[in-house]
Amino acid sequence: MSCSEFGVLIHGYLDGELELSRSLEIEQHIGSCPSCSQTYANLRSLRQAIAGGSLHIDAPKGLRMRVRSALRRESRAEAPIKLMRWGWMFLWAPLGAVAIVLLAIFILRLPQAADGRLAQEVVSAHVRSLQPGHLVDVTSGDQHTVKPWFNGKLDFSPPVKDLAAQGFILLGGRLDYVGDRAVAALVYQRRKHLINLFITPSARAGSVAEKSLSDRGYNLIGWTQSDMSYWVVSDLNESELRQFVLLVRK
Amino acid sequence: MIAEDKLERFEKSILPQMDAAYNLARWLTRSDVDAQDVVQEAYLRAFKFFAGFRGGDSRSWLLRIVRNTCYTWIGKNRRGEVKMTTEEEALDLTSDAATPDEVLLQKADSKSLHQAIEELPLEFRETLVMRELEGMSYKEIADVADLPLGTVMSRLARARRLLRQRLLNQPGGKG
Repeated sequence: MSCSEFGVLIHGYLDGELELSRSLEIEQHIGSCPSCSQTYANLRSLRQAIAGGSLHIDAPKGLRMRVRSALRRESRAEAPIKLMRWGWMFLWAPLGAVAIVLLAIFILRLPQAADGRLAQEVVSAHVRSLQPGHLVDVTSGDQHTVKPWFNGKLDFSPPVKDLAAQGFILLGGRLDYVGDRAVAALVYQRRKHLINLFITPSARAGSVAEKSLSDRGYNLIGWTQSDMSYWVVSDLNESELRQFVLLVRK
Repeated sequence: MIAEDKLERFEKSILPQMDAAYNLARWLTRSDVDAQDVVQEAYLRAFKFFAGFRGGDSRSWLLRIVRNTCYTWIGKNRRGEVKMTTEEEALDLTSDAATPDEVLLQKADSKSLHQAIEELPLEFRETLVMRELEGMSYKEIADVADLPLGTVMSRLARARRLLRQRLLNQPGGKG
Protein backbone atom coordinates (compact mmCIF):
# COMPACT_ATOMS: atom_id res chain seq x y z
CA MET A 1 0.00 0.00 0.00
CA SER A 2 1.23 3.46 -0.92
CA CYS A 3 1.00 6.49 1.38
CA SER A 4 -1.37 8.31 -1.02
CA GLU A 5 -3.74 5.33 -0.98
CA PHE A 6 -3.46 5.32 2.78
CA GLY A 7 -4.48 9.00 2.94
CA VAL A 8 -8.20 8.39 2.39
CA LEU A 9 -8.48 4.78 3.52
CA ILE A 10 -7.13 5.63 6.95
CA HIS A 11 -10.43 7.42 7.58
CA GLY A 12 -12.37 4.31 6.75
CA TYR A 13 -10.09 2.43 9.09
CA LEU A 14 -10.53 5.03 11.82
CA ASP A 15 -14.30 4.79 11.46
CA GLY A 16 -14.32 1.00 11.40
CA GLU A 17 -15.85 0.93 7.92
CA LEU A 18 -13.26 -1.15 6.06
CA GLU A 19 -13.36 -4.81 5.19
CA LEU A 20 -11.12 -7.04 7.26
CA SER A 21 -8.53 -7.55 4.50
CA ARG A 22 -8.28 -3.80 3.93
CA SER A 23 -7.98 -3.17 7.64
CA LEU A 24 -5.08 -5.63 7.87
CA GLU A 25 -3.30 -3.85 5.02
CA ILE A 26 -3.75 -0.52 6.84
CA GLU A 27 -2.40 -1.95 10.06
CA GLN A 28 0.63 -3.33 8.25
CA HIS A 29 1.26 0.06 6.67
CA ILE A 30 0.92 1.90 9.98
CA GLY A 31 3.45 -0.51 11.41
CA SER A 32 5.97 0.11 8.63
CA CYS A 33 5.51 3.82 7.79
CA PRO A 34 6.33 6.34 10.57
CA SER A 35 4.76 9.24 8.65
CA CYS A 36 1.42 7.52 8.18
CA SER A 37 1.59 6.22 11.71
CA GLN A 38 1.83 9.82 12.88
CA THR A 39 -1.08 10.86 10.66
CA TYR A 40 -3.15 8.14 12.21
CA ALA A 41 -2.21 9.21 15.71
CA ASN A 42 -3.15 12.79 14.90
CA LEU A 43 -6.53 11.72 13.55
CA ARG A 44 -7.19 9.74 16.71
CA SER A 45 -6.44 12.70 18.90
CA LEU A 46 -8.61 14.94 16.74
CA ARG A 47 -11.42 12.51 17.17
CA GLN A 48 -10.88 12.42 20.91
CA ALA A 49 -10.96 16.18 21.03
CA ILE A 50 -14.26 16.28 19.17
CA ALA A 51 -15.74 13.54 21.33
CA GLY A 52 -14.73 15.39 24.49
CA GLY A 53 -15.89 18.78 23.24
CA SER A 54 -19.60 18.37 24.01
CA LEU A 55 -20.30 19.54 20.51
CA HIS A 56 -23.65 17.81 20.05
CA ILE A 57 -26.32 20.44 20.50
CA ASP A 58 -29.60 19.05 21.80
CA ALA A 59 -32.96 20.57 20.98
CA PRO A 60 -34.06 23.34 23.34
CA LYS A 61 -36.87 22.29 25.69
CA GLY A 62 -39.40 24.68 24.16
CA LEU A 63 -38.92 23.26 20.68
CA ARG A 64 -40.48 19.92 21.54
CA MET A 65 -43.64 21.61 22.79
CA ARG A 66 -43.70 23.93 19.82
CA VAL A 67 -43.36 21.09 17.29
CA ARG A 68 -45.96 19.00 19.10
CA SER A 69 -48.57 21.72 18.98
CA ALA A 70 -47.74 22.44 15.33
CA LEU A 71 -48.26 18.75 14.61
CA ARG A 72 -51.61 18.74 16.41
CA ARG A 73 -52.74 21.73 14.39
CA GLU A 74 -51.59 20.00 11.21
CA SER A 75 -53.31 16.78 12.21
CA ARG A 76 -56.57 18.60 12.92
CA ALA A 77 -56.26 20.48 9.65
CA GLU A 78 -55.74 17.23 7.78
CA ALA A 79 -58.73 15.48 9.32
CA PRO A 80 -61.48 17.89 8.16
CA ILE A 81 -60.04 17.88 4.67
CA LYS A 82 -60.41 14.14 4.52
CA LEU A 83 -63.87 14.27 6.07
CA MET A 84 -64.86 16.96 3.64
CA ARG A 85 -63.70 14.90 0.71
CA TRP A 86 -65.60 11.89 1.94
CA GLY A 87 -68.53 14.08 2.88
CA TRP A 88 -68.79 15.25 -0.68
CA MET A 89 -68.55 11.66 -1.81
CA PHE A 90 -71.42 10.65 0.46
CA LEU A 91 -73.48 13.54 -0.82
CA TRP A 92 -72.71 13.15 -4.50
CA ALA A 93 -72.43 9.39 -4.87
CA PRO A 94 -76.20 8.67 -4.54
CA LEU A 95 -77.08 11.71 -6.62
CA GLY A 96 -74.61 10.57 -9.23
CA ALA A 97 -76.08 7.07 -9.20
CA VAL A 98 -79.60 8.45 -9.58
CA ALA A 99 -78.45 10.70 -12.40
CA ILE A 100 -76.84 7.77 -14.21
CA VAL A 101 -79.99 5.67 -13.86
CA LEU A 102 -82.17 8.53 -15.10
CA LEU A 103 -79.84 9.13 -18.00
CA ALA A 104 -79.89 5.44 -18.91
CA ILE A 105 -83.69 5.39 -18.80
CA PHE A 106 -83.83 8.55 -20.86
CA ILE A 107 -81.44 7.16 -23.49
CA LEU A 108 -83.18 3.78 -23.64
CA ARG A 109 -86.65 5.28 -23.76
CA LEU A 110 -85.76 8.03 -26.19
CA PRO A 111 -86.45 6.13 -29.46
CA GLN A 112 -89.54 4.57 -27.91
CA ALA A 113 -90.80 7.93 -26.78
CA ALA A 114 -90.10 9.38 -30.20
CA ASP A 115 -91.85 6.43 -31.83
CA GLY A 116 -94.73 6.79 -29.44
CA ARG A 117 -95.11 10.45 -30.27
CA LEU A 118 -94.83 9.74 -34.00
CA ALA A 119 -97.35 6.91 -33.70
CA GLN A 120 -99.80 9.30 -32.06
CA GLU A 121 -99.30 11.75 -34.88
CA VAL A 122 -99.75 8.98 -37.43
CA VAL A 123 -103.04 7.91 -35.84
CA SER A 124 -104.18 11.53 -35.59
CA ALA A 125 -103.39 12.02 -39.29
CA HIS A 126 -105.29 8.81 -40.05
CA VAL A 127 -108.32 9.96 -38.04
CA ARG A 128 -108.21 13.37 -39.69
CA SER A 129 -108.13 11.75 -43.12
CA LEU A 130 -111.35 9.86 -42.29
CA GLN A 131 -113.27 13.09 -41.87
CA PRO A 132 -115.42 13.92 -44.88
CA GLY A 133 -113.47 15.35 -47.79
CA HIS A 134 -110.04 14.78 -46.25
CA LEU A 135 -109.17 11.31 -47.40
CA VAL A 136 -107.42 11.94 -50.69
CA ASP A 137 -106.15 14.86 -52.74
CA VAL A 138 -105.81 12.75 -55.83
CA THR A 139 -108.41 10.11 -56.43
CA SER A 140 -107.08 7.30 -58.55
CA GLY A 141 -106.60 3.57 -58.45
CA ASP A 142 -103.78 3.89 -60.92
CA GLN A 143 -100.27 3.97 -59.46
CA HIS A 144 -99.07 5.80 -62.58
CA THR A 145 -101.45 8.64 -61.81
CA VAL A 146 -100.89 8.82 -58.09
CA LYS A 147 -97.07 8.70 -58.12
CA PRO A 148 -96.55 11.62 -60.56
CA TRP A 149 -99.11 13.65 -58.63
CA PHE A 150 -96.58 14.08 -55.79
CA ASN A 151 -94.03 15.66 -58.17
CA GLY A 152 -93.38 19.24 -57.14
CA LYS A 153 -95.29 18.78 -53.90
CA LEU A 154 -92.63 16.79 -52.03
CA ASP A 155 -88.83 16.71 -52.14
CA PHE A 156 -88.97 12.98 -52.71
CA SER A 157 -90.89 10.54 -54.89
CA PRO A 158 -92.83 7.95 -52.90
CA PRO A 159 -93.10 4.41 -54.24
CA VAL A 160 -96.70 3.62 -55.16
CA LYS A 161 -97.86 0.05 -55.67
CA ASP A 162 -101.04 -1.34 -57.19
CA LEU A 163 -102.14 -4.10 -54.80
CA ALA A 164 -105.68 -4.53 -56.11
CA ALA A 165 -104.96 -8.12 -57.17
CA GLN A 166 -104.13 -8.93 -53.51
CA GLY A 167 -107.33 -7.30 -52.21
CA PHE A 168 -105.98 -3.90 -51.28
CA ILE A 169 -107.55 -1.25 -53.48
CA LEU A 170 -105.61 1.96 -54.06
CA LEU A 171 -107.98 4.89 -53.53
CA GLY A 172 -105.52 7.69 -54.10
CA GLY A 173 -103.02 9.87 -52.34
CA ARG A 174 -102.69 13.15 -50.46
CA LEU A 175 -100.17 15.41 -48.82
CA ASP A 176 -100.06 15.24 -45.10
CA TYR A 177 -97.96 16.59 -42.31
CA VAL A 178 -96.52 14.13 -39.78
CA GLY A 179 -93.46 14.31 -37.57
CA ASP A 180 -92.79 17.93 -38.39
CA ARG A 181 -92.54 17.39 -42.10
CA ALA A 182 -94.60 16.92 -45.24
CA VAL A 183 -95.20 13.29 -46.04
CA ALA A 184 -96.86 11.28 -48.77
CA ALA A 185 -100.04 9.50 -47.70
CA LEU A 186 -101.39 6.67 -49.84
CA VAL A 187 -104.84 5.34 -49.10
CA TYR A 188 -105.85 1.73 -49.68
CA GLN A 189 -109.06 -0.02 -48.91
CA ARG A 190 -109.57 -3.57 -47.66
CA ARG A 191 -113.30 -4.40 -47.65
CA LYS A 192 -114.74 -1.57 -45.50
CA HIS A 193 -111.41 -0.76 -43.84
CA LEU A 194 -109.28 2.17 -44.88
CA ILE A 195 -105.51 1.98 -44.70
CA ASN A 196 -103.22 4.99 -44.62
CA LEU A 197 -99.64 4.40 -45.75
CA PHE A 198 -97.39 7.29 -44.78
CA ILE A 199 -94.07 7.57 -46.56
CA THR A 200 -91.22 9.96 -45.75
CA PRO A 201 -87.44 9.93 -46.21
CA SER A 202 -85.82 8.41 -43.16
CA ALA A 203 -83.73 10.53 -40.84
CA ARG A 204 -81.62 7.45 -40.24
CA ALA A 205 -79.84 5.61 -43.04
CA GLY A 206 -80.35 1.91 -43.60
CA SER A 207 -83.19 -0.29 -42.48
CA VAL A 208 -85.07 -0.52 -39.23
CA ALA A 209 -87.07 -3.54 -38.28
CA GLU A 210 -90.85 -3.39 -38.10
CA LYS A 211 -92.54 -2.04 -35.03
CA SER A 212 -96.13 -2.87 -34.22
CA LEU A 213 -98.14 -0.57 -32.05
CA SER A 214 -101.74 0.11 -31.33
CA ASP A 215 -103.18 3.42 -30.38
CA ARG A 216 -106.81 4.38 -29.78
CA GLY A 217 -108.01 1.13 -31.32
CA TYR A 218 -105.95 1.48 -34.49
CA ASN A 219 -103.14 -0.82 -35.46
CA LEU A 220 -99.88 0.66 -36.60
CA ILE A 221 -96.85 -0.87 -38.22
CA GLY A 222 -93.75 1.16 -38.90
CA TRP A 223 -90.45 0.34 -40.53
CA THR A 224 -87.61 1.82 -42.48
CA GLN A 225 -86.49 0.42 -45.79
CA SER A 226 -84.16 1.81 -48.46
CA ASP A 227 -83.78 5.06 -46.52
CA MET A 228 -87.56 5.60 -46.47
CA SER A 229 -89.71 5.44 -43.38
CA TYR A 230 -93.13 3.83 -43.62
CA TRP A 231 -96.09 3.91 -41.29
CA VAL A 232 -99.18 1.89 -41.91
CA VAL A 233 -102.29 2.61 -39.86
CA SER A 234 -105.77 1.15 -40.05
CA ASP A 235 -108.64 -0.30 -38.07
CA LEU A 236 -107.94 -3.49 -40.03
CA ASN A 237 -106.94 -6.49 -37.91
CA GLU A 238 -103.26 -6.91 -37.31
CA SER A 239 -102.69 -10.06 -39.36
CA GLU A 240 -104.23 -8.60 -42.50
CA LEU A 241 -102.33 -5.38 -41.90
CA ARG A 242 -99.15 -7.44 -41.73
CA GLN A 243 -100.06 -9.04 -44.99
CA PHE A 244 -100.42 -5.56 -46.49
CA VAL A 245 -97.03 -4.56 -45.08
CA LEU A 246 -95.44 -7.63 -46.66
CA LEU A 247 -96.86 -6.65 -50.03
CA VAL A 248 -95.65 -3.06 -49.71
CA ARG A 249 -92.18 -4.22 -48.69
CA LYS A 250 -91.78 -6.57 -51.64
CA MET B 1 -59.72 8.40 14.37
CA ILE B 2 -57.30 7.64 11.57
CA ALA B 3 -55.69 11.06 11.99
CA GLU B 4 -55.32 10.51 15.75
CA ASP B 5 -53.69 7.16 15.14
CA LYS B 6 -51.29 8.67 12.62
CA LEU B 7 -50.28 11.44 15.03
CA GLU B 8 -49.77 8.93 17.81
CA ARG B 9 -47.55 6.70 15.70
CA PHE B 10 -45.64 9.69 14.41
CA GLU B 11 -45.01 11.08 17.87
CA LYS B 12 -43.85 7.68 19.05
CA SER B 13 -41.38 6.96 16.26
CA ILE B 14 -40.23 10.32 14.91
CA LEU B 15 -40.49 12.78 17.79
CA PRO B 16 -37.70 11.08 19.82
CA GLN B 17 -35.27 11.96 17.02
CA MET B 18 -35.62 15.67 17.68
CA ASP B 19 -32.17 16.08 19.24
CA ALA B 20 -30.55 14.60 16.14
CA ALA B 21 -32.74 16.78 13.94
CA TYR B 22 -31.93 19.93 15.85
CA ASN B 23 -28.22 19.15 16.05
CA LEU B 24 -27.95 18.75 12.27
CA ALA B 25 -30.11 21.82 11.58
CA ARG B 26 -28.16 23.85 14.11
CA TRP B 27 -24.80 22.96 12.56
CA LEU B 28 -26.06 23.57 9.03
CA THR B 29 -27.85 26.88 9.67
CA ARG B 30 -25.40 27.98 12.41
CA SER B 31 -28.25 29.68 14.22
CA ASP B 32 -30.50 28.56 17.07
CA VAL B 33 -33.57 30.49 15.88
CA ASP B 34 -33.25 29.31 12.30
CA ALA B 35 -32.54 25.75 13.36
CA GLN B 36 -35.75 25.73 15.42
CA ASP B 37 -37.75 27.02 12.46
CA VAL B 38 -36.17 24.46 10.15
CA VAL B 39 -36.83 21.61 12.59
CA GLN B 40 -40.47 22.58 12.96
CA GLU B 41 -40.92 22.80 9.22
CA ALA B 42 -39.09 19.52 8.69
CA TYR B 43 -41.35 17.84 11.26
CA LEU B 44 -44.46 19.09 9.50
CA ARG B 45 -43.09 17.84 6.20
CA ALA B 46 -42.20 14.52 7.78
CA PHE B 47 -45.73 14.26 9.17
CA LYS B 48 -47.13 14.86 5.70
CA PHE B 49 -44.90 12.17 4.19
CA PHE B 50 -45.25 9.82 7.16
CA ALA B 51 -47.27 7.36 5.08
CA GLY B 52 -44.09 6.80 3.05
CA PHE B 53 -42.13 5.78 6.16
CA ARG B 54 -41.98 2.00 6.18
CA GLY B 55 -40.49 1.64 9.61
CA GLY B 56 -36.81 0.96 10.16
CA ASP B 57 -34.25 3.71 10.69
CA SER B 58 -36.40 6.65 11.76
CA ARG B 59 -33.37 8.87 12.45
CA SER B 60 -32.02 8.60 8.89
CA TRP B 61 -35.52 9.05 7.50
CA LEU B 62 -36.05 12.23 9.49
CA LEU B 63 -32.54 13.60 8.96
CA ARG B 64 -32.96 13.29 5.23
CA ILE B 65 -35.98 15.59 5.46
CA VAL B 66 -34.19 17.91 7.91
CA ARG B 67 -31.23 18.15 5.57
CA ASN B 68 -33.45 18.94 2.57
CA THR B 69 -35.31 21.56 4.57
CA CYS B 70 -31.97 23.06 5.63
CA TYR B 71 -30.76 23.25 2.06
CA THR B 72 -33.99 24.94 0.98
CA TRP B 73 -33.60 27.41 3.84
CA ILE B 74 -29.93 28.04 3.03
CA GLY B 75 -30.76 28.48 -0.65
CA LYS B 76 -33.27 31.17 0.31
CA ASN B 77 -31.34 32.91 3.07
CA ARG B 78 -27.68 32.24 2.47
CA ARG B 79 -27.32 32.24 -1.28
CA GLY B 80 -23.84 31.26 -2.33
CA GLU B 81 -23.17 28.93 0.56
CA VAL B 82 -24.39 25.87 -1.30
CA LYS B 83 -21.51 25.55 -3.69
CA MET B 84 -19.92 22.17 -3.78
CA THR B 85 -16.19 22.07 -3.71
CA THR B 86 -14.91 20.48 -6.88
CA GLU B 87 -11.46 19.59 -5.66
CA GLU B 88 -12.97 16.75 -3.65
CA GLU B 89 -11.66 14.13 -6.07
CA ALA B 90 -8.23 15.73 -6.33
CA LEU B 91 -7.68 15.24 -2.65
CA ASP B 92 -4.07 15.50 -1.73
CA LEU B 93 -3.58 14.18 1.74
CA THR B 94 0.08 13.32 1.46
CA SER B 95 0.87 16.92 2.26
CA ASP B 96 -0.59 16.45 5.73
CA ALA B 97 2.18 17.40 8.02
CA ALA B 98 2.92 14.27 9.94
CA THR B 99 4.07 16.03 12.99
CA PRO B 100 2.79 15.23 16.46
CA ASP B 101 0.06 17.66 17.43
CA GLU B 102 -1.61 15.72 20.20
CA VAL B 103 -0.73 18.46 22.63
CA LEU B 104 -2.15 21.10 20.35
CA LEU B 105 -5.38 19.23 19.85
CA GLN B 106 -5.76 18.46 23.50
CA LYS B 107 -5.57 22.19 24.09
CA ALA B 108 -8.25 22.88 21.50
CA ASP B 109 -11.15 23.66 23.75
CA SER B 110 -14.79 23.19 22.98
CA LYS B 111 -15.21 26.77 21.84
CA SER B 112 -12.41 26.74 19.27
CA LEU B 113 -13.53 23.34 18.01
CA HIS B 114 -17.05 24.64 17.64
CA GLN B 115 -15.83 27.63 15.68
CA ALA B 116 -13.54 25.54 13.49
CA ILE B 117 -16.35 23.14 12.57
CA GLU B 118 -18.74 26.00 11.84
CA GLU B 119 -16.21 27.42 9.41
CA LEU B 120 -16.05 24.21 7.37
CA PRO B 121 -17.72 24.31 3.97
CA LEU B 122 -21.30 23.02 4.18
CA GLU B 123 -20.81 19.60 2.60
CA PHE B 124 -17.80 18.75 4.80
CA ARG B 125 -19.46 20.15 7.89
CA GLU B 126 -22.59 18.04 7.49
CA THR B 127 -20.62 14.87 6.84
CA LEU B 128 -18.42 15.46 9.88
CA VAL B 129 -21.39 16.31 12.12
CA MET B 130 -23.27 13.16 11.12
CA ARG B 131 -20.17 11.00 11.62
CA GLU B 132 -18.58 12.48 14.72
CA LEU B 133 -21.51 14.01 16.58
CA GLU B 134 -24.30 11.62 15.60
CA GLY B 135 -22.05 8.57 15.29
CA MET B 136 -23.71 7.57 12.03
CA SER B 137 -22.29 4.87 9.77
CA TYR B 138 -21.10 5.65 6.24
CA LYS B 139 -24.20 3.86 4.96
CA GLU B 140 -26.54 6.03 7.02
CA ILE B 141 -24.73 9.22 5.96
CA ALA B 142 -24.86 8.09 2.32
CA ASP B 143 -28.62 7.57 2.65
CA VAL B 144 -29.26 10.94 4.26
CA ALA B 145 -27.02 12.97 1.95
CA ASP B 146 -27.65 10.92 -1.20
CA LEU B 147 -23.98 10.13 -1.72
CA PRO B 148 -21.94 7.09 -2.72
CA LEU B 149 -20.13 5.45 0.21
CA GLY B 150 -16.74 6.37 -1.26
CA THR B 151 -17.70 10.03 -1.34
CA VAL B 152 -18.72 9.88 2.32
CA MET B 153 -15.23 8.64 3.16
CA SER B 154 -13.43 11.19 0.99
CA ARG B 155 -15.55 14.03 2.38
CA LEU B 156 -14.70 12.94 5.90
CA ALA B 157 -11.01 12.86 5.00
CA ARG B 158 -11.27 16.37 3.62
CA ALA B 159 -13.33 17.62 6.56
CA ARG B 160 -10.84 16.32 9.14
CA ARG B 161 -7.89 17.74 7.29
CA LEU B 162 -9.53 21.18 6.99
CA LEU B 163 -10.55 21.05 10.63
CA ARG B 164 -7.05 20.25 11.73
CA GLN B 165 -5.62 23.07 9.63
CA ARG B 166 -8.10 25.52 11.11
CA LEU B 167 -7.34 24.47 14.62
CA LEU B 168 -3.63 24.88 13.96
CA ASN B 169 -4.15 28.35 12.51
CA GLN B 170 -6.54 29.59 15.12
CA PRO B 171 -5.13 32.43 17.18
CA GLY B 172 -4.40 31.09 20.61
CA GLY B 173 -4.57 27.54 19.32
CA LYS B 174 -0.82 27.33 19.18
CA GLY B 175 -0.25 28.89 22.55
